[in-house]
Amino acid sequence: MHALDYIDRRLLRLLQDDADLTTAELAERAGLSAGACWRRIERMQRDGIILGRRIDLDWKALGYEVQVFLRVTLDKIAPNAFDSFLRAAREVPEIGDIQTLLGRVDLRMDVRARDLDHYQEIYRTKILGLPHISEIEALMLVSELKNTENLVL
Amino acid sequence: MADGVDEMDRKILRVLLADGGLSAKDVAAQVGLSQPAAWRRIKRMEEAGIIRGRSIVVDREKLGFTVVVFLGVRLAARGRLDLEAFERAVQAIPEVQIVQHVLGVYDYRLKVVARDLSDFERILRRRIMTLPGVGAVESNVMLTEEKPGVPMI
Repeated sequence: MHALDYIDRRLLRLLQDDADLTTAELAERAGLSAGACWRRIERMQRDGIILGRRIDLDWKALGYEVQVFLRVTLDKIAPNAFDSFLRAAREVPEIGDIQTLLGRVDLRMDVRARDLDHYQEIYRTKILGLPHISEIEALMLVSELKNTENLVL
Repeated sequence: MADGVDEMDRKILRVLLADGGLSAKDVAAQVGLSQPAAWRRIKRMEEAGIIRGRSIVVDREKLGFTVVVFLGVRLAARGRLDLEAFERAVQAIPEVQIVQHVLGVYDYRLKVVARDLSDFERILRRRIMTLPGVGAVESNVMLTEEKPGVPMI
């Protein structure tokens, strides 16, 4: 992988702020020629530094009013507790991102529901049926103040 | 369900969630629409705020950020002014990617991205623990992360 210089970092910062910039706009803001800018972007894509683009959805506008973060402690005495839990959790469409953790809890996952009744139904019929749960703790989202994947480059 | 989003719109959103870099032409081909029809639907969902925008996806680890920590924060004091001072200050920390006000055992959920553990320790000591009104803080270090293949919409 090619080492990044300060110009590459500047390009990445500009793209983090506005992913819709065209190569021409990007080149102008970074003070590069369009060709030089294109080559740098192309190289960072080839090196797997730029992986692509993502859309950000407003889930409330899609009718999903409730978001709950579940923090799960597993019964780790059971063999393959992590693997079988993860396999089963992947089958539940209302479960979004799942992260395994090192700390007081073993993993956390996002659950989205249309409303509280719908959440209750998902929780009872799908979440509590997942294997090897020893403890489960819920945090309900009240408001999201910041959500970005921007890095300090 | 949300007004004005039909099954074709949902299909388009699923395609775009899988790859946010697709052009209207690529989306059209995958959902079986003409290019202008797909473009109009995407444009309408952007204008309605259902698609909030697009962001660049980069490889965090290749850029040198190896540590992700989820923090649960409880406030020590609970006046309205304390909340506002805390919220303003925490959002301004560049290494904090997510700030969510939650109901449950914690008041706020934060996601922090750092270069390594000593960088994380610096952020925790100098930036997080010095926030106005901050009380107990719990850290869970992320080991692995899974994003769902087929999102529910």
